[in-house]
Amino acid sequence: MTDITAHGHASSTGISNVKLGMWTFLGSECLLFGGLISTYMLYRGRVTGGPRPSQIFDIPFTSVSSFVLLMSSLTMVLAVSAAHKSEDRKTNLWLTVTALLGATFVGGQVYEFTAFYNEGLGFSTSLFGSSFYTLTGFHGVHVTVGIIMLMSLVGIFKRSKVSGNKAEVVEMIGLYWHFVDIVWIIIFTLVYLIPV
Amino acid sequence: MAIMEREIEVITPITATPSSTYGVLKRPVAATGWRAWVFTVDHKKLGLMYGVTAMFFFIVGGVEALLIRLQLAAPNGKVLNADLYNQMFTMHATTMVFLFVMPMAAGFANYFIPLQIGARDVAFPRMNALGFWLLLFGGIFINLSWFLGGAADGGWFMYAPNSGPVFSPTHGIDFWAFGLQIAGIASLTGAINLIVTVLNMRAPGMTLMKMPIFTWMMTVVQFLLLFAVPVITVALFLLSFQRNFGARFFDVAAGADPLLWQHLFWIFGHPEVYILVLPSFGIVSEVLPVFSRKPLFGYPFVVFSGAAIGFVGWGVWAHHMFASGLGPVSVAVFSLTTMAIAVPTGVKIINWTLTMWGGKLVFSTAMKFSIGLIVLFTVGGLSGVTHSVAPSDTQQTDTYYIVAHFHYVLFGGGVLGIFSGLYYWWPKMFGKMLNERLGNWNFWLMVIGMNLTFGPMHILGLQGQPRRMYQFTNARSGEGLFNFAFWNLVASIGSFVLAVGILLFLINVVITARNPTKSPLDPWNARSLEWMTSNPPKEHNFDVIPTVHHLDEFFHRKYEEDSATHTMRQIATAEEIMAEQERNADAHIHMPSPSYWPVVLAFGLPVITFGMIFSHLIAVFGAIIVFFAAFGWALEPSTAPASDFETNNSAPGKALESVGKS
Repeated sequence: MTDITAHGHASSTGISNVKLGMWTFLGSECLLFGGLISTYMLYRGRVTGGPRPSQIFDIPFTSVSSFVLLMSSLTMVLAVSAAHKSEDRKTNLWLTVTALLGATFVGGQVYEFTAFYNEGLGFSTSLFGSSFYTLTGFHGVHVTVGIIMLMSLVGIFKRSKVSGNKAEVVEMIGLYWHFVDIVWIIIFTLVYLIPV
Repeated sequence: MAIMEREIEVITPITATPSSTYGVLKRPVAATGWRAWVFTVDHKKLGLMYGVTAMFFFIVGGVEALLIRLQLAAPNGKVLNADLYNQMFTMHATTMVFLFVMPMAAGFANYFIPLQIGARDVAFPRMNALGFWLLLFGGIFINLSWFLGGAADGGWFMYAPNSGPVFSPTHGIDFWAFGLQIAGIASLTGAINLIVTVLNMRAPGMTLMKMPIFTWMMTVVQFLLLFAVPVITVALFLLSFQRNFGARFFDVAAGADPLLWQHLFWIFGHPEVYILVLPSFGIVSEVLPVFSRKPLFGYPFVVFSGAAIGFVGWGVWAHHMFASGLGPVSVAVFSLTTMAIAVPTGVKIINWTLTMWGGKLVFSTAMKFSIGLIVLFTVGGLSGVTHSVAPSDTQQTDTYYIVAHFHYVLFGGGVLGIFSGLYYWWPKMFGKMLNERLGNWNFWLMVIGMNLTFGPMHILGLQGQPRRMYQFTNARSGEGLFNFAFWNLVASIGSFVLAVGILLFLINVVITARNPTKSPLDPWNARSLEWMTSNPPKEHNFDVIPTVHHLDEFFHRKYEEDSATHTMRQIATAEEIMAEQERNADAHIHMPSPSYWPVVLAFGLPVITFGMIFSHLIAVFGAIIVFFAAFGWALEPSTAPASDFETNNSAPGKALESVGKS
């Protein structure tokens, strides 16, 4: 007698439900960032007396923090690979490193926001200010949510209370993490590198 | 038509004993009472809850519409003042679009997609519950504004800069924006859930091109939602940030482009139109073949034209903005795409007509509503094509002609389709058939009422009555008998005829509920898988997951083609197929277990948004609820461990096992 759960039979696509669900969600996220990026691109030159983008951006600094974020994708891959090999200690290690790199990036963003604010760019200063903080802020929130998920995962693994396939869960959060990184590449290029 | 002669044995619902504690709370286990509904993750219960919620908001939106029509019934209307009138039409549209048609479609999708594809539930049952609760709380949240200083008053598309705090100082628009965000999350989770369900959980043998047409159309809708909802999310965030945190997005003094809002809104808003009407197209495509006793004519064409609508629907949004000065190139492009999107819709109309052609038509109430949709949606579609002619559209923009057009497509298309589905699937959902005689009255009063209400609006629009005008004077109503005042009175009378029609539906529901007569197992001689189980379906839907060989699998299990005469010959009744399934029933079916977390998590969001408007401290409290609920959720497996199922002697596995042995 075999146990049949509601999800007992193999999936029609061969991709598990959680992974397909995450891919679907990321498809939706593309449009979310698409809307925010379009808003920024429309408004980036409209400064009404406030500082212009070129006056406040510190490109070397942001390049370094972007590099840190991109490296976190590498450590995420290592975590997924370790999870597939069921190497629990390594999985936890790489997940923690990924979260730390992510936190470094968010820390950089907080520093940057503070610096910009002190140089006169508030949220209400100009259209550029509103749309810049909204776009990069949304990305920062996404990274923060990712960090929370990674750290929760480490905690849940330590108490071995994970519901479902462990490697599957790591991979699903990995998909999210890579997506957030890729979005940053686009934002960094459009916001910082292309002059107004 | 066979009448069910014996009672199908109903297997006791799963009563699990919670053996383990996850997070803080033990799993809910009640199989009856209110707990069985509030903590349920069963797609059928959630489908019904969506339906009831939608019906409630339909009545709310309907009362708002009647107040609008009362105000305009005669010159110098005194029922509402200008301010209240603005709130009334804004909330009428918001309620009907976001809180009636969308949840009703979500309800049908929830209930019938798993049944139509031969699955036992959706891919993410708890997320499904979350979606419902978010929708309900979002809807209540929007309507709270009536009691907290006034509702939103900027029209359902809330154009900037009119939506800014300067022009709308009450909290109405804040409630509106946050409430729609919450409802938007519901749509997004629903879309992800149903897409994964359809792609991953079809019964063995059911290829995409053997999928019932309703499931196909709903899948297209879910993709539209998936990509359209984030765009309105962005727009609503921009609006909320401007109203609550001093952002400048639509502040013309800072050099803003108010057209940004229009673009974002309509990039969402036009796909939204198809989100509203494609579910009804799916329902009609199920109903027409059943009552014409013929397969759907050109199934692949209906599928691909539905998908084509889904794609082209993204390239027409600016036809809502022809009067905004987009420039000749944009206007020409969007005129052409708008003409183009009429083609796949026309394909569907032709397919439905040819499905009926030469069929043995059965004029049940469901069939009448479907035929009503074909006729009245075509009227609305034709006035829609006139909008693609930009010079003509520029004249019609913001007149009652537009109001007439979209009510013909949304009421004549969307709502009639929904009623067709209600009459068609009622026996499936409740095991009883709605009264057909009352149904007949229901149908004719609705059709006559809607034509009386919305038909004259074409004339009013062409005579120049502006949309959203709250009052007209005798001097403005013109000369002769057929003036403004006359047609407005006709429309107002029509709206009450319509209301009586809908009231008859509600009466029909009550009468049916009190009538002890059970429906036959297969009352309509239906074609698709959802009819291959009991009425209402068991908690686990199918005793044995069917293996699919044909489009219209259920029909092909009942009928076989006689090779000599090329006629269809019945080889099995629904009862026999059902009994066969029970003999081979799967043992030990573990359904996803109920959970507290969806409703708790969903409750946290309106607390956050309430706090955003009134006090950030409350928002922090809401965030804490959401945070803990998310952790409780993550730590709880969606299906309780096997040990939870073993303790009870009447567990379905055992019961089914004995069925198998008898």
